[in-house]
Amino acid sequence: MYRYDEFDSRFVAERVEQFRHQIARRLSGALTEDQFKPLRLMNGLYLQLHAYMLRVAIPYGTLAGRQLRKLAHIARKYDKGFGHFTTRTNIQFNWIKLVDVPDILAELAEVEMHCIQTSGNCIRNVTADHFAGAADDEIEDPRPLAEIIRQWSSLHPEFVFLARKFKIAVGASPHDRAALQYHDLAVEIVRDADGRVGYKVLAGGGMGRTPTIAQVMREFVEREDILSYLEAVLRVYNQDSRRDNLHKQRIKILVNAIGIEEMRARVAREFDEIKRAGSLQLPPEELARIAAYFAPPAFETLADDMPVGEIDFENWKKSNIHRHRTPGNAIATISLKAIGQIPGDASADQMEGLADLMDAFDLEEIRVSHEQNLVLPHVRQKDLPAIFARLKALDLATPNAGLISDIIACPGLDYCDLANARSIPVAQAIARRFADLERQHDIGELKLKISGCINACGHHHAGHIGILGVDKKGVEYYQLLLGGSGAEDAAIGQIMGPGFGAHEIADAVERVVNLYLKERTAGERFLDTYRRVGMEPFKYIAYQEQMNAAYNG
Amino acid sequence: MPLITVDGFRDDAFARLADDAPLPNGPVLVSLSRFRAERHALTARNAALGVMLKSEESPERLGDDVHRFSLIALEFPKFRDGRAFSWARMLRTRFQFRGEIRAVGDFLVDQIAYQRRVGFDAWEVAEDFALEDLHRAFSEIRNVYQPSADRRMTIRQLRAAL
Amino acid sequence: MPLSALKILTANHLRTGDVLYWQGTRWVETLAQANVFADDAAAETALAKSQKSVTANQVVTPYLFEVRQGKDGLQPIKEREIIRSLGPSVRTDTGKQAEHVQI
Repeated sequence: MYRYDEFDSRFVAERVEQFRHQIARRLSGALTEDQFKPLRLMNGLYLQLHAYMLRVAIPYGTLAGRQLRKLAHIARKYDKGFGHFTTRTNIQFNWIKLVDVPDILAELAEVEMHCIQTSGNCIRNVTADHFAGAADDEIEDPRPLAEIIRQWSSLHPEFVFLARKFKIAVGASPHDRAALQYHDLAVEIVRDADGRVGYKVLAGGGMGRTPTIAQVMREFVEREDILSYLEAVLRVYNQDSRRDNLHKQRIKILVNAIGIEEMRARVAREFDEIKRAGSLQLPPEELARIAAYFAPPAFETLADDMPVGEIDFENWKKSNIHRHRTPGNAIATISLKAIGQIPGDASADQMEGLADLMDAFDLEEIRVSHEQNLVLPHVRQKDLPAIFARLKALDLATPNAGLISDIIACPGLDYCDLANARSIPVAQAIARRFADLERQHDIGELKLKISGCINACGHHHAGHIGILGVDKKGVEYYQLLLGGSGAEDAAIGQIMGPGFGAHEIADAVERVVNLYLKERTAGERFLDTYRRVGMEPFKYIAYQEQMNAAYNG
Repeated sequence: MPLITVDGFRDDAFARLADDAPLPNGPVLVSLSRFRAERHALTARNAALGVMLKSEESPERLGDDVHRFSLIALEFPKFRDGRAFSWARMLRTRFQFRGEIRAVGDFLVDQIAYQRRVGFDAWEVAEDFALEDLHRAFSEIRNVYQPSADRRMTIRQLRAAL
Repeated sequence: MPLSALKILTANHLRTGDVLYWQGTRWVETLAQANVFADDAAAETALAKSQKSVTANQVVTPYLFEVRQGKDGLQPIKEREIIRSLGPSVRTDTGKQAEHVQI
């Protein structure tokens, strides 16, 4: 994985001292809260309901064992012994004191980590496919480009005060595991008709108030031109985006307003100019230099030989083990969705236990997925039983990856200042309702995603079943959405109708799922059945009890 | 208001004119609308001319007149409005503008280093502005990852030079 | 029965982010200690005065919220304020609910 050189280290160390000074100015009153807020957000620091929250960047979701160990230490020393992995593959600490932040940042810098641009109206932490470098269907590892984008976007002088946040993702497989089409800007590594590798660029996707699927800006950008092209898109966005209405300032609104053809034309003009200047050209040697950091470990020559074990190991294999590109190896998903637990939360003990496990099995890296799970990308198949046993001891062996209880949920009103309703208790109730593993396997792949407000950190628009918490006169209600997808068949979930009360929502989900089980044809996932039969039958069944009550009462 | 450049405080030679104020002798700084209305009179004078652009006014609106100006002031209506970062860079790179680019309005000392990178070289600051804050701003982060209008060596170039 | 519009003044501590309530002469950590305003004018006056704590860099964004007299004492009307006064409902081992015996 990537290692800082002296320049990266100095850059981060100087950024820590810069922020230390900004905090000192805030405490002394030299900066007002209005002035300080954008500055602290640019360094991942929020003021939430109970305390400050610090969001630490995990670029493209890749972590080394020593980094995980440091996160455990920070959770213990400065927080309450746990952290929360997010849908942007970052980690958040919920109980941070402003006065501790400079020291936390200094500790993070010791292990080549930072909080730069994890919030604020700037280019956010770059995400990538969590199976990068291990998936059997990828063209190449997307992370070298993601790292190049990370460096280019770090304190980019022209783009630190954009109209709104700006999220970039990189993928390299026909099967999209990085929700590319829901990003402000996405790069898909592709081959052209001649087999040459280059980049397809999409723009204008996003969730939030106006969910939008990204459109193709350009089918093929040459490798050496990619930074020039990204800079061109950002420049058009910075220059031309609205600044008069907070809700209409994302790039998706600009693209919709002027149309994709005009957007392409404006970007093309900037692109030509930047390309001519030449200073952003990405030479093949530079790409190769960065790619070398991401070289896969030296795999032993092994044959595929998947161990067979007891029923709980077999269950875990069924959902949490994925095909690796190299024979004899496997990808293992570590679910952070134990039934009844808080989706995405991990304790300091668990993080440390995982770091120990990584050391014991010589695993260099672990990944954070946008589905709020962790991934061991390169595991020897023969080690799986021993790894499973250790995960089990850490309460990290829940066999539910991709199943209905593998729920994405934002922190919601339990922590978040922006939330309208709680997300976590709803996730817990639904997971408990579907705790029976046999039933979960019968239901099959089902992505259930919950957000506690319209900002959609819980990706509810992209859930096969989505849930959006709303506030109705101080009472929490939950809207149900069906038919969303964040994969290559991206789709925006449709809102079913009026919201359900907190005590009704799990019942409504269960009725919807039961109808799917009844209506599905062989091989159909929930999403497929929904696409075939449409909203009406699901809507009818979901509201049945309310209608019965109204009729009878 | 005091004016600073990378070399410290400097007297402002330009009189900032309201759109309805009579034209004095000497260098003046006018709005884009006044420039358009009185273009002939303003360009016929034998004195330096400055124009002030609002954040929604792209320098492209100046057209070929861009090189008639000794000073282009870019306004920050609020510090969160970052359009002028792109305008300054456009002036320096697309138009090869060599005059002064001045930041005016609501911006923070925390933004000055970025502004300098994209082409600003003068700042209108508050009366109590401390010069050491300027020096700190310029020295806080020594190396940069991106090429910009300041043509500083990027970290990639520095790595290659090692 | 119409709800009486009882109000409490709250803010977050600048240095720590902790939830604070106005007790009449100082900021306190629990809802139970807070001053309850029965009339709007007094509440608004207290809110205006709290700007002093803001300019003194002690607290951030003070505001008023409504509470009602429940059978177990004062309770905020909005779920948000209930959660702020106690801590996360999903982690009762954390926050004020864990730190203070009596809320």
